[in-house]
Amino acid sequence: MKHALSTLALLAALSPLSAGAVEYNQVLPAKSSVAFTYQQMGVAVDGQFRKFSGQLSFDPAKPAAARVSFDVELASVDTGAPEGDAEVAGKPWFNTAAFPVARFVSSGVKAIGGNRYEVAGKLTIKGRTQDVVVPATFTAQGASGVFEGAFTLRRADFAIGEGSWAKFDIVANDIRLKFRIAASGK
Amino acid sequence: MKNHYTATAKSLHWVMAVLIIGLLALGFYMQDLPLSPDKLKLYSWHKWAGVTAFLLVLVRLAWRAGHRPPPLPASMPKPLQLAAHGGHLALYGLMLAMPLSGWLMSSAKGFQTVWFGLLPIPDLLAKDKALGDLLQNVHATLAVLFVLILVGHVAAALKHHFIDRDDILTRMLPARPTTEN
Repeated sequence: MKHALSTLALLAALSPLSAGAVEYNQVLPAKSSVAFTYQQMGVAVDGQFRKFSGQLSFDPAKPAAARVSFDVELASVDTGAPEGDAEVAGKPWFNTAAFPVARFVSSGVKAIGGNRYEVAGKLTIKGRTQDVVVPATFTAQGASGVFEGAFTLRRADFAIGEGSWAKFDIVANDIRLKFRIAASGK
Repeated sequence: MKNHYTATAKSLHWVMAVLIIGLLALGFYMQDLPLSPDKLKLYSWHKWAGVTAFLLVLVRLAWRAGHRPPPLPASMPKPLQLAAHGGHLALYGLMLAMPLSGWLMSSAKGFQTVWFGLLPIPDLLAKDKALGDLLQNVHATLAVLFVLILVGHVAAALKHHFIDRDDILTRMLPARPTTEN
């Protein structure tokens, strides 16, 4: 009897986990955000991208099998000022006419304890590809799951801000990207 | 020399005169520039100078509270005396309103002011695009008003000097070595 009770207790304890064993694969753009922060003459300035899309398959029970590819429409940038948006879409920055999309494609996902993961992959912006490792947390929220994380890229690695902007005295090299990606499961 | 302003009042007047004329000129010049690193640099300098002017006007108001300025000449008609006081009141009002509206505008636009790139001035408002645009109009309108009142201020000082031939202008000038002890 005592044994049966503890088995029940164990099952009860495990049930949230088994309820979470769904595959999350549908990005919910309305509940997601891609934002960035950088230093402009020592002043922290932030902005965001309004349009992005992605494909993913993530089963918390099998993180190593997870895959994700994520596209950000660079022309949807919001720098906080219309002239900034227009400038950043131009040739010295994103050159959105030739390179409309920034793309991240995962190559491997590693669970590093708790709800934390490391997503390795290739980030391509403006025709230049870099290997990046993106830390992310995963939180199940009802029927959907939320991936959150932040990483720093160096804009010079992607030739973002060329010519008169190439020096880092006005716009710093480090750009901090912060994302919140909500996905529904099935 | 009783009719002169204090040396402190004169210094504050002339330092702020240079600063304010520079701020107005820079403000009108930089707003139409195409976006470039230089433009962002000028905006930062404008904001730093604006914070400096704001601190100076506070010092100036504190000094003025303790040191009455010399009276206007008795020969001046009452309506003109009133106009002079009204003009000075407007100048003080604008010396406060210009930097305050700039500070609020920067806050609302999401570009914090960091004095000389070192001392962050707290944002008084949350980021709000519509409010930022409104405050930009307020700042620009106040700037035009400031220019008009400054033109009146300078014209009045010159009229006192060359037409009325009184000491209104000279009493704000540095004291001559012969009269200074």
